[in-house]
Amino acid sequence: MGRTLIEKIMSSHGGGDCRPGDVVWIDIDNRTARDFAGASVVGNLEKYGGDSPIADRSKTFFTFDCNVPANTIPYANNQQRIRIFARKNDLKVYDVDAGIGSHVVIEEKFARPGTTTVGTDSHLNIMGSVGAFGQGMGDVDIAYAFKTGKVWFEIPESVRVTLNGIPANGTEAKDIALAMLRRFSSHELLGKSVEIYGPWVESASLEECVTLSSLATEMGAIIAFIPPNNDVLHFFGITRDEAVYADSDAEYLEEYSLDIEGLEPLIAAPPSPTNVFNVSEKTDVKVDGVFIGSCTNGTYQDLKYAAELLKGRKVAPGVMLKVVPATRATWARLLEEGHLKDMFDAGAIVSNAGCGGCASGQIGMTGEGEVQISTSNRNFKGKQGKGNTYLAGIGTAAASAVLGRIASVHELKEVR
Amino acid sequence: MSVEMILKGRLWVLTENGQLFSDIDTDMIYHNAHLAVTDIDKMGQYAFGNLEGYKDFADKAQPGDLVLAGDNFGSGSSRQHAVDCFKALGVQAVIARSFGAIYKRNAINSGFPIIELPGLPDDLFSQFEIAELNLEGGNLNAGDNRYQGNPMSEVARDIYLAGGLFQYAERM
Repeated sequence: MGRTLIEKIMSSHGGGDCRPGDVVWIDIDNRTARDFAGASVVGNLEKYGGDSPIADRSKTFFTFDCNVPANTIPYANNQQRIRIFARKNDLKVYDVDAGIGSHVVIEEKFARPGTTTVGTDSHLNIMGSVGAFGQGMGDVDIAYAFKTGKVWFEIPESVRVTLNGIPANGTEAKDIALAMLRRFSSHELLGKSVEIYGPWVESASLEECVTLSSLATEMGAIIAFIPPNNDVLHFFGITRDEAVYADSDAEYLEEYSLDIEGLEPLIAAPPSPTNVFNVSEKTDVKVDGVFIGSCTNGTYQDLKYAAELLKGRKVAPGVMLKVVPATRATWARLLEEGHLKDMFDAGAIVSNAGCGGCASGQIGMTGEGEVQISTSNRNFKGKQGKGNTYLAGIGTAAASAVLGRIASVHELKEVR
Repeated sequence: MSVEMILKGRLWVLTENGQLFSDIDTDMIYHNAHLAVTDIDKMGQYAFGNLEGYKDFADKAQPGDLVLAGDNFGSGSSRQHAVDCFKALGVQAVIARSFGAIYKRNAINSGFPIIELPGLPDDLFSQFEIAELNLEGGNLNAGDNRYQGNPMSEVARDIYLAGGLFQYAERM
């Protein structure tokens, strides 16, 4: 009997002949912690780490992305505590200038297809976008991974989702992720390893794969794998033979198919990412603020697209547009190519790289009654402030910023 | 906390609109405003501080209490605080129809018992009745009512008995 993608990755990382339900100790290629919970990882290692708290320095590092630079004293203290520990143990810190850790790990090509990465970020399963395993874990798990290079892992059941058809023009990866949330809610894929197939994912860019995989957490899935396609293979400079794929006779608990033919832009209304509507159903909602960025929609490609939509246009009076590139490298490229200027001229506030609107405070919070359109991944009550957050793609976010109400990218084309 | 396989205590049945409360995410359990706290003893006061209807939980909880919820308890972020805040209050265990994957790991690693009762009806158990949770058997009993769920997994049991992941590793 063949193996699914997760079974193959786990088998090659110490899991042996593992099958769903087996609990195995797996070897972790990249062991990371961020400024959030990183200080607790340090605390655990100081308490339990003994004389050798780090198994392998070359595979272990910190990434600061939550509050960058720190805007509260407790966060500043935590970051400093991590820096001192890192200096003492000769560990690399991707400091407050670096950007979102999960993106840095891909950008640096640490998370190659078939590898394993853990960290204190619940969206680390974003590695599924490149056919690699990634998992967010708490500080105890991560401290253990720092010290031993291993974590225990219960092999989940795998399911296969085939996306049939090609969405309408102006529909993005985010809309497809929202279509999956609408179809599966947060329960149906709970605890599952998901593999996504179909013509759309085969021709998607790496950045689009990142967006789609980043919503796995909101679907309740362990991870959403996209088998490495041409763009991903090209980015890593490898061939199909060097990547890992599921066996053709692998067994899945369920095989779903989802029709995305002609799919129009979608939006998730508060209070949950599964509360999904067509953008056209919500165009009477007035907007106070728009956030473009996050690990879901903060790549170079995302922000370049936003800049192209905003170029020569103006953000509606009274609307705040906050833009946060995912990484420093993204920032640099947008700067050099003039895209940041286009967004600035349109009226955007452009922040340094980081998690932006998802972490409390990097680029402000929402107040009571405030309506925010966000390209991020969570709109739970209280997550991004007291206001009401809607989740959407870049096109919807940019169009809503210009029109001052929820709007689809198609409406923007009529505005100058 | 003593290491027992049968836990007896007062049951908090968390409900929303008459149904077991589902999708209680980590921001409702332990809000991100308090994430910079690293001292476990200071986390108890924030437990359920953002959960509609239960914001006074920390004041009313008593050591030995058990917490019962619906589906997907602890979805959301990876914060260990969302487990540790219950330990700080002396809550013995959380029971739910299902748990978010990361929450489950965090609870197991810190030796905090959680039990899944898939398919549990909304009204089988009542608020504040005294209940008995059998970790080994995976069942919850109160009065004449009994519900059979999933027994604790072997890894979870071993780590729980050791008192946490690091303590477990020392014995390996």
